[in-house]
Amino acid sequence: MSEEHIVSSFDEDMSRLRDLFLEMGRSVSAQLQAATRALRKEDRSLAKQVIAGDKQLNKLEADLNDLSIKILALRQPFAGDLRKVVATLKGAGHFERMGDLARNIAQRTNTITKAEAETGSIDTLIRMSETVQVMTNSILTAYERSDIEIAEEVRAQDETVDRLHNSLFREMLTYMMEDPRNISGCMHVMFMAKNIERMGDNVADIAKELIYMVSGEWPEGGRVKKDKTSRMIADLDA
Amino acid sequence: MPDYLLSTSPAMAKRHARHTRFQWYGRIAIAISISFMLLMFTAIFFRGIGAFQKTMIAVDVQFTESQIDPSGTRDENSLKQANYKPILLQGLQQVIPGATERRDRNNLYKLLSNGATFDLGERVARKPELIGTSQRVWVAASSEVDLYVKGKIDPDVPEDLRRLKDRDIAWIETLRASGQVKKQFNKTFFTSGDSRAPEMAGILSAALGSFFSLLICFLIAFPLGILTAVYLEEYARKSRLTDLIEVNINNLAAVPSIVFGLLGLAIFLNFFNLPRSTPLVGGMVLALMTLPTIIIASRSILRSIPQATRDAALGLGASKTQTTFHHVVPLAMPGMLTGTILGMARALGETAPLLMIGMVAFIVDVPKGVTDVATALPVQIFLWADSPEKGFVELTSAAIMVLLVFLILMNVFAVYLRKKLERRW
Amino acid sequence: MNTDALSAETGAKPIMTARNVDVFYGKKQAIDNVSLDIPENQITALIGPSGCGKSTFLRCFNRMNDTIQICRVKGDIKFAGQDIYDPKVDVVALRSRIGMVFQKANPFPKSIFENVAYGPKIHSLAESKDHLEDIVITSLKRAGLYDEVSDRLDEPGTSLSGGQQQRLCIARAIAVDPQIILMDEPCSALDPIATAIIEELMDSMKEKYTIVIVTHSMQQAARVSQQTAFFHLGELVESGDTQAIFTNPEKERTQNYISGRIG
Repeated sequence: MSEEHIVSSFDEDMSRLRDLFLEMGRSVSAQLQAATRALRKEDRSLAKQVIAGDKQLNKLEADLNDLSIKILALRQPFAGDLRKVVATLKGAGHFERMGDLARNIAQRTNTITKAEAETGSIDTLIRMSETVQVMTNSILTAYERSDIEIAEEVRAQDETVDRLHNSLFREMLTYMMEDPRNISGCMHVMFMAKNIERMGDNVADIAKELIYMVSGEWPEGGRVKKDKTSRMIADLDA
Repeated sequence: MPDYLLSTSPAMAKRHARHTRFQWYGRIAIAISISFMLLMFTAIFFRGIGAFQKTMIAVDVQFTESQIDPSGTRDENSLKQANYKPILLQGLQQVIPGATERRDRNNLYKLLSNGATFDLGERVARKPELIGTSQRVWVAASSEVDLYVKGKIDPDVPEDLRRLKDRDIAWIETLRASGQVKKQFNKTFFTSGDSRAPEMAGILSAALGSFFSLLICFLIAFPLGILTAVYLEEYARKSRLTDLIEVNINNLAAVPSIVFGLLGLAIFLNFFNLPRSTPLVGGMVLALMTLPTIIIASRSILRSIPQATRDAALGLGASKTQTTFHHVVPLAMPGMLTGTILGMARALGETAPLLMIGMVAFIVDVPKGVTDVATALPVQIFLWADSPEKGFVELTSAAIMVLLVFLILMNVFAVYLRKKLERRW
Repeated sequence: MNTDALSAETGAKPIMTARNVDVFYGKKQAIDNVSLDIPENQITALIGPSGCGKSTFLRCFNRMNDTIQICRVKGDIKFAGQDIYDPKVDVVALRSRIGMVFQKANPFPKSIFENVAYGPKIHSLAESKDHLEDIVITSLKRAGLYDEVSDRLDEPGTSLSGGQQQRLCIARAIAVDPQIILMDEPCSALDPIATAIIEELMDSMKEKYTIVIVTHSMQQAARVSQQTAFFHLGELVESGDTQAIFTNPEKERTQNYISGRIG
C-alpha cells in the first residue's frame, strides 16, 4: 500500500479525499469545542457562529461524497483503495451527523441563555465534550497513520463518555426532582449531553470503519455499550 | 490558419517534394520494365507472325495410273510411296514450259516443298478414285519461295548471295500471275512434328512432349512436395536434422537446372535404364527441379495459416492429422497449387536439364505417351534457333510465341484456381 | 508454499487439481511450483500481469502446451482423479472433456452449422443427421446464439460480429459436451456489451460446466468468478474466494497489483 498508483491522478484523487475527510474531522472537533465554550461562557454570538459553521461542514461532506462517487465510478478501486473510499465515505457521514449534533448544542445554548434557565453544574457535560474532542482528534491521527491501535483506543474511550453520560443523567434527575423550575434548563442540558454521547458513538463507529479500512476485517465482538440511561428511572422516593 | 499547417512551409514542401520524387522514380522504373517487355514481345511477334501463314502453289496434276500405281493393286503403302515427282513437275511445266533441261527441271521442282510428294501420296492413298483424274492441287511451296512471297528475300541483293536465283523469282512471278500462288493459314505448324524442311516443320511433337513431361512432373512433384511441406511444417519436431533438411531444400532451389539434368542422366538413364529422350524421364528431372520450389512455397503458405485455426481444432480434441487435413491443408491448398503451377511454369521453360537426358533429338513423330521419344517446346526453340535454314528464323519466334502463350495460360490458370478455391470468408 | 488445496476455503469439490506444477520453455521457467484446485461448477479466474504465466498454466489443463515443442510440464495435474500427463492418457479424449475458447474468436472458415458440428463429427457423438442437428441447435442455444443465427446456419461463421463469433466458439466447445471449459481472455477483443453478454452466458453456464478463465480485466474477474487466483512472475501468489481477493487480499503483491500500483 505504500507504493504509488501507476495512474498518478488516482493518487491525487485519493489524497484529496483524505484531505477532505481530515478537514471535516477537524471542523467537527472545532464546532464541538466552540459549542461547549459558548455554553460555558453563555456566549450567544459564538453559538450563532457554530450554527452558521455547520453549513460549511455540510458543504465539505457534499464535496467528499462527490469525490467518492467519482473515484468509485472512474477509478473502480479494489482492495485497500476500495476499503478506504468506502470507509471514508461512511466516516464522512458520521462527521456530518456530529456536525448536526454540535449545531443542536449551540441552538440549545441560545435558548438556555435567552431564558436564563437554571441548569445546575455543567462540568460533567464539559468533560464529556472534551473527551469526544480528544477522541475525534485521535481518530484523525489514526486515519492519517492507518493506525488500528489508536482506533481501538478511541473505541474504548467511548465507554468514558457513556459513563459520564450516565452520571450526568442521574445528576439532572436529582436537580429536576429538587425543583421543578430546573426542569426546562436540565432537559436542555440532558439533550445536549445526549448529543455529545451520540457524537461519541459516531466517533466509535468511525473507528470501526477505520479498523476495517486498514485491516480488511471488522473488529471482533460488539462494542460494550456503557450507556445505561435507557434503563434509568427517577426514584421519587429516594 | 497557422503557418505550420500550410503545405507551403519549407519543411512540408520538402517532404512533399520527396514524396512526389519517389512516386516518379517508381513510375519510371515501371515504365522501363514495361517497355523492355513490350520491345521483346513486339520483336518476337513481328518476327514470328509470318510463320502462322505459309505459301501454297497450285499444280494441275494428272494422276495417271501408269505413274502412280502401275500394278493396279491400289495398295495403300505403295500408293503413299509412289513417285509423284514426275507428275508434279509435269503440272508445273504446263505453266512454265521453258524449263526442260535436267538442271532447270530440278530447279523448277525445288520451288515446291520436299513434302509435296508425301502430301500427294497421302491424298491418293486416302482417296484412290483420284487415279486417272486430273486435279488442281495446292501443295506447299519450298521455304525459299515462302520467304520470297512473304517479302523476306530482297530481289535487289546480288544473285550470288541468295539461294533463290533470278530465274526462280521469274518463275514464281509467272505462277503468281496465273493465280497459282497463295498464302494460307499454316496448319502444318500446329499438326506435325519437326522436319528438316522449315515449311514442313511443326510444333505439335514438342508441345505434346512438354505436356507429357509436365504431367509427369506434376504427378511426382505435387504430391511429394505437398507431403514434404506438410510433414516438415506440421509434424516434424525442430531438430538439427530438420534444420539440415531445410538448408538443403533451400540450396536445391538454387542449384542450376543443368545439374538436375546431369543427375537425371546418371540415375534415371544410366542406373535405372529408363528410356532415353522420353517425357517420362524429362518429367522426372523437371520434378526434381521443381520440388524444392513447391516445398518452399507450400511451407511458407502453411506458415501463413494462423495458429488460431490449429488451436481451434486441437482445442476441440481433433488429432494432429485431423487438424492438418481438415483445416490447415484446405486453407493452404489454393496457395500450394499456385506455387506448384508457377514452379511448373518455370519447368515448362527449362531447356538445360532436358538436353542432358536426350530430349534434344530430332523428332518427327508426334509422341503418343510418356514413353515415346519426344522433345519439348524450349528445346525445339533451341533446335530451330540453331538451324541454318533461314525459314527456321520465323518458326523460332512463332514457337516462342506458343511457349509464351502456354506460360500465360498457366499463370492465368493459377490465378483462376486461387480465386476459385480461396474461401471467401 | 502450502501444497494443499489453496482453494479449500471456497468449499466446493475440486474437479481438477494441480500440485507443484512447473512449466519450462526451454531453459526458462514459466511456472514455478503452482498448486491450485479448480472447484466444480464454479468459475475460477486466473489474473496477473502479462507474462505472469496464467495462460501457460491454463493451457496445462488440456495439454495445449503439448503443441509447443520446447515446453515441458512437471508436477501433478489431475482431472477427476486421473493424472492427465500420464502417458496412457489420450490427449484427444482429454480435450473433448476439457474444451477451450481462445482470446481471438477463431471460427473455422466454414458455415455456422459446420463450425458447431465439427467437434461432434470427429468424436462421433451424433448417431444420425437429425441427432447432429439437435446437438448443434442445443449448443447454439446454450451459447445464447441460436435466436440470432437460426435463419442463417449455412452462412460463414466469420460473417458474424466479434461477440457472436466468440459465442459461436463457445457453442463449438459446448457441442462436444465437455466438463470444463478453459477460456483464454475470451473478451479481450470485444466491446463492453458483447463482453457483458458473454459474462452473463458464463454465469448461466456454470450450472453445467466448470469454467476457468484467464483475464486481464480485474473487473471481469471480480464480476464473473467465484474463485480468483493471482499469478505473478510464474508463481501463484494468492488464490481464494473472489470477494476476499478483491476486498482484502492477503498478500502485498496481490494488493499492489489489483489496486493498480507499481509492484
